[in-house]
Amino acid sequence: MIPQSATSPPLSIEVADVTVAYTNGHVALRDATFTLGPGTICALVGVNGSGKSTLFKSIMGFLRPAKGSVKIAGLDVEKSRKRQLVAYVPQSEEVDWTFPVSVWDVVMMGRYGHMNFMRIPRAEDKRIARECLERVGMSAFKDRQIGELSGGQKKRVFLARALAQQGRIMLLDEPFTGVDVQTESAIIELLRDLRKEGHIMLVSTHNLGSVPEFCDQVVLVNRTVLAFGPTEQVFTEDNLSRAFGGVLRQFQFEQSTIQEHDGRTVKLLTDDERPLVFGKDGHLEYTDRQGREELVKEREKEAGE
Amino acid sequence: MTSLLTPFHYEYMVKAILVSGLIGGVCAFLSCFITLKGWSLMGDALSHAVVPGVSLAWLLGLPFSLGAFVAGVLAAVGMGWVKNNSRLREDAVIGVVFTSFFALGLLMLSLYPSNLNLRTIIFGNILAISDPDILQVLIISAVSILVLGLKWRDLLLYCFDEAHARSLGMNTRFLHFLLLALLSATAVAALQTVGACLVVAMLVTPGATAYLLTDRFGRMLAIATVTGTLCGVIGAYASYFLNGSTGGCIVVLQTLVFLIALALAPKHGLLAARAQRRAAALP
Repeated sequence: MIPQSATSPPLSIEVADVTVAYTNGHVALRDATFTLGPGTICALVGVNGSGKSTLFKSIMGFLRPAKGSVKIAGLDVEKSRKRQLVAYVPQSEEVDWTFPVSVWDVVMMGRYGHMNFMRIPRAEDKRIARECLERVGMSAFKDRQIGELSGGQKKRVFLARALAQQGRIMLLDEPFTGVDVQTESAIIELLRDLRKEGHIMLVSTHNLGSVPEFCDQVVLVNRTVLAFGPTEQVFTEDNLSRAFGGVLRQFQFEQSTIQEHDGRTVKLLTDDERPLVFGKDGHLEYTDRQGREELVKEREKEAGE
Repeated sequence: MTSLLTPFHYEYMVKAILVSGLIGGVCAFLSCFITLKGWSLMGDALSHAVVPGVSLAWLLGLPFSLGAFVAGVLAAVGMGWVKNNSRLREDAVIGVVFTSFFALGLLMLSLYPSNLNLRTIIFGNILAISDPDILQVLIISAVSILVLGLKWRDLLLYCFDEAHARSLGMNTRFLHFLLLALLSATAVAALQTVGACLVVAMLVTPGATAYLLTDRFGRMLAIATVTGTLCGVIGAYASYFLNGSTGGCIVVLQTLVFLIALALAPKHGLLAARAQRRAAALP
């Protein structure tokens, strides 16, 4: 979106040997190291409490590492913040959706750093805000109060705000939570376009299934950076089980579940918890099914007694 | 008809009405930020915490609003410090700190009897406001209006999304302090009209009322400021006829307006909610 001037150093995130300890003594991250170059969509993957948000906060300069350093495009985080290089798309839970602001107001907030002391928008600011709204397909909702939007629309608004900020590094915290499938693919499409423009996107996600689809790099964290690099090298069963320990669920479908005459298909519904599996005839499938086919009927009988 | 104009024949009544309107308006403007930031309890705490400052300022011969302001800011800083350095929740911290300040103030007022009347500080006495005090209120109001007029967008963003404000390179610590300072300053000004006990009403109720009535911040500011000013003016005027406490009149009036908004607000009111429920139940 903004042409890179000849003088500015190439875009990058360099996290070197970062250890973060909170005031209560809890060490959230130890010796974390990774580097990202321009034109990257990188997934940040790890269990809850593994230090993903700590990493985000360090990159934005909200936390001062006890040891190590974070550099954005070769600059200290303090300086990079003055240049507004890093835009942050918050998790939906972090936003007060009852706040009396409209979609337009929120996108305009992305422009504040480019405005004067009193934050009075110029024609240029309005034009960019309009463009960004258009880009996420939310122009029609410009005057809505933010609480009156669906989960996917809410996400798009904050994406538009990040675009309006024109930071070339974007941190997205759980962008797919509470988002419809259509929006999910729209967001992925947008991130791909931004990658072509040379931006760096760091996406924290629990949505493991979609990671290989759109992320070219992966950072695996568990209180430190376990592994980082190209997706095909890092996003392996071995590494993932190191990152998640026993937390990821494993399913083994038995012969009786995946039948030849059903075309060996099952339907799997999951919200990141234990999935619900429908086999032939639409009935419930579960592990160790053999010999326990009547499980559901037994429950029914119990309830009837 | 002429009897309705009697209050205007008395200079002290005219002053009281004008000053109450001014303070009501300024507090109401600020109350939009306070309610959205979730600092209502903080407003209550600060308005009580200024009492030792008033007493100390009198002992030292300084303008009392200076002492009150310093005490308010000290209390706010103290709350921040205790919160960051203990495992207590914010409400407990606020409770401990503001009662300590208030108790200290009461103690000082009783140990060093002054011409400061305890009743005046706690319940306010706008009818007896002196000209130097009016000047102080005018200065505080002018500075607050100026600062809010220049920086309201920054403060709004700070209340809405602190992380975003920081990522834009804004100094959020400064904004935090600015909002606290404004809160303390207006609390001091409002002390004159309604007293320490009721200051929080001036700093919360108009904003809460306006929040029920609109979904746009600009309109919220306008509604709150108009309500706050009108309640100040009408409350002070009505107190002449009721022969009751001016502060009490103003705050009761604000509460009435709030209750009307709570019941009748077009979108977020009780009746609207009931109508929506009924509409949802229709086949």
